[in-house]
Amino acid sequence: MSGYQAILAGAAQGCRPYERYLLSHGQWLGLRAALRDDPALALLGLWAEPGFVHAAFHQPGMGVLLASLAASQGGFPALSPVRAGAVRFERMIHDLWGLRAEGAEDTRPWLDHGRWAASAPMASRPLPNTEPPPQPEFLPVEGDGVHQIPVGPVHAGIIEPGHFRFHVQGETIVRLEARLGYLHKGTLGLMLGKSPRLAARFAARLSGDSTVAHGWAFACAAEAALGAVVPPRALLLRGIAAELERLHNHLNDWGGICNDASFAFLQARCGVLREGVLRAAHIGFGHRLMMDYVVPGGVARDLAPGGLEAILVALAAVAAELPGLLQIYESHASLGDRVLTTGHVAPELVAAFGAGGVVGRASGRNFDARKTLGYAPYPGLAFDSPVLDAGDVDARVRVRVAEIEQGMLLLHSLLTRLAPGEWRVELPQRGGEGVGVVEAFRGEALHWLALDDGGLIRAVFMRDASWLQWPLLEAAVEGNIVADFPLCNKSFNCSYSGVDL
Amino acid sequence: MLWPKLAKSLFSRPETDPAPAVPLGAAEALAARFQAAAQTRLGRSLAIRQVDCGSCNGCELEVNALGNVVYDLERFGLRFVASPRHADVLLVTGPLTRNMREALLRTWECTPEPKWLVAAGDCAADGGVFKGSYAVEGGIGRALEVDLVIPGCPPTPTQLLEGLLALLEAQKR
Ligand code: SF4
Repeated sequence: MSGYQAILAGAAQGCRPYERYLLSHGQWLGLRAALRDDPALALLGLWAEPGFVHAAFHQPGMGVLLASLAASQGGFPALSPVRAGAVRFERMIHDLWGLRAEGAEDTRPWLDHGRWAASAPMASRPLPNTEPPPQPEFLPVEGDGVHQIPVGPVHAGIIEPGHFRFHVQGETIVRLEARLGYLHKGTLGLMLGKSPRLAARFAARLSGDSTVAHGWAFACAAEAALGAVVPPRALLLRGIAAELERLHNHLNDWGGICNDASFAFLQARCGVLREGVLRAAHIGFGHRLMMDYVVPGGVARDLAPGGLEAILVALAAVAAELPGLLQIYESHASLGDRVLTTGHVAPELVAAFGAGGVVGRASGRNFDARKTLGYAPYPGLAFDSPVLDAGDVDARVRVRVAEIEQGMLLLHSLLTRLAPGEWRVELPQRGGEGVGVVEAFRGEALHWLALDDGGLIRAVFMRDASWLQWPLLEAAVEGNIVADFPLCNKSFNCSYSGVDL
Repeated sequence: MLWPKLAKSLFSRPETDPAPAVPLGAAEALAARFQAAAQTRLGRSLAIRQVDCGSCNGCELEVNALGNVVYDLERFGLRFVASPRHADVLLVTGPLTRNMREALLRTWECTPEPKWLVAAGDCAADGGVFKGSYAVEGGIGRALEVDLVIPGCPPTPTQLLEGLLALLEAQKR
């Protein structure tokens, strides 16, 4: 039996547009056995609510589907023995909901650093925490002359906090382990009991650089749960905002990567172009990052007068300069020397983790929610989602540059399709369950929510693409020199806040 | 090729925005505050160390943008440094998560006197939307005394610049 069939054996729960199946304990074990023999079914996420665990999968050609299990005895059979990507989710589930992953590969704490007043704060009965914060444990490394370099949580640059523990031999990284969770804000807990409209502010602040994509994925989940139909103009406006977000982030990352390879010129130019995009977004959507622009039911405002022209001017500036910048990127051996073959991630690893976004597409995994799942307004628009297989820093740069080019095509077609019309509908207040998947600049954002009969959030989860990319960074830097870590890290640019929740 | 572009830029107009005005009253208020605290002045330049205490990373994007050619922070004598030991100012963002509290306190201890603490963003001011969560303290002020709050979600680079210039201006009085 394939993993896909193993899930379909469960009882359908009425989640839209992708169904969720409640499995018996035996069926869950059957699913785990099937996953071992069936590499195609990719684990997208694993989370919980009091009494239940939920998993989201993607079956190529078939779409997304969800599987659940009642965790009656306070535990559930772990998926990490068959899906490496499950490890951190299981650690998170234990820290937030107090459910044990039985037979898990790794049972160390993750988000819980021992500093909250209660442990398992999302469980129906959290336990008071009386212990002092424990020292973190890191995986051991053996060998001659191995020493450790601890870095963080406060880093040297203006970036998010996290601790990196390097084991190095000479200059070479033998093992990197990231310890995150410093940004845990209890976001999911704050969303419970709120209407989707109110809770959208938290989705928009899961990871500020992807505020449009996360806001959109959350809105999709709420709209699917309530069967709401979003007006076409709102869909186009969402697409425009999301593509502007992709554009400004890719420009930022490209510049940042070159700067980490000590090539500041490209960062200076990318910074100017990006600033133009942000200012256009401010004119068109009222906020530079377009935070809170996407709301459940549509968008918060119509495109402001002058917004269209401002966006076109910003796009023209990018289009005029991009070929020259790319030529400079390609023609400097000092830069090529740093980015080529550095931070290599094997396609097999990317496939095993089901990592999406730029990281996945630079290592041969052809998954882009805009194409693979095809949500509105993307079907019918002509664009490519480039896939490379070199898997190094350079490949991740090139996927981004190609997406900048494609994004500009997309923006032009979205802008020309804008026709006058409604841009928001009121959502009904009732129960329901829905999933939303939207391709953020880093990769797919997946949101799930369940509403009670009064239309308030009973359970929710928001999964940033970084969950499945962070572990691959640890693989990418293995065997590289410590000095190349910032470069590798920037080429991934995973979100800290997005996974710290 | 790179060098013709660089050569051309020597003769073209800069792409940098003019300096924003220091908001009325902000510098006076800060100067009074410094006098009351009998703090030593730091002179005409400030070294800033940014610390993220739970931000959604929106604030970091805008703090980073200060360094781009358009805002060009360094023309004012303001610059970001890599270590708190080199800093005059800690620029702190985020609602102060419980998991970051100790790291912030240690960073503050590492910063030599005289030093200023700036809370940037609505989260840093009072916890913002995350106020009331089990995992946050609810603003930087819960752990340390804040000298200047720059509101906004996130504050724009211009707002950040106005705040930092007010700090510089207050030093002069
Ligand atoms: S103030 Fe706004 S942008 Fe800044 S960290 Fe808080 S939520 Fe994010």
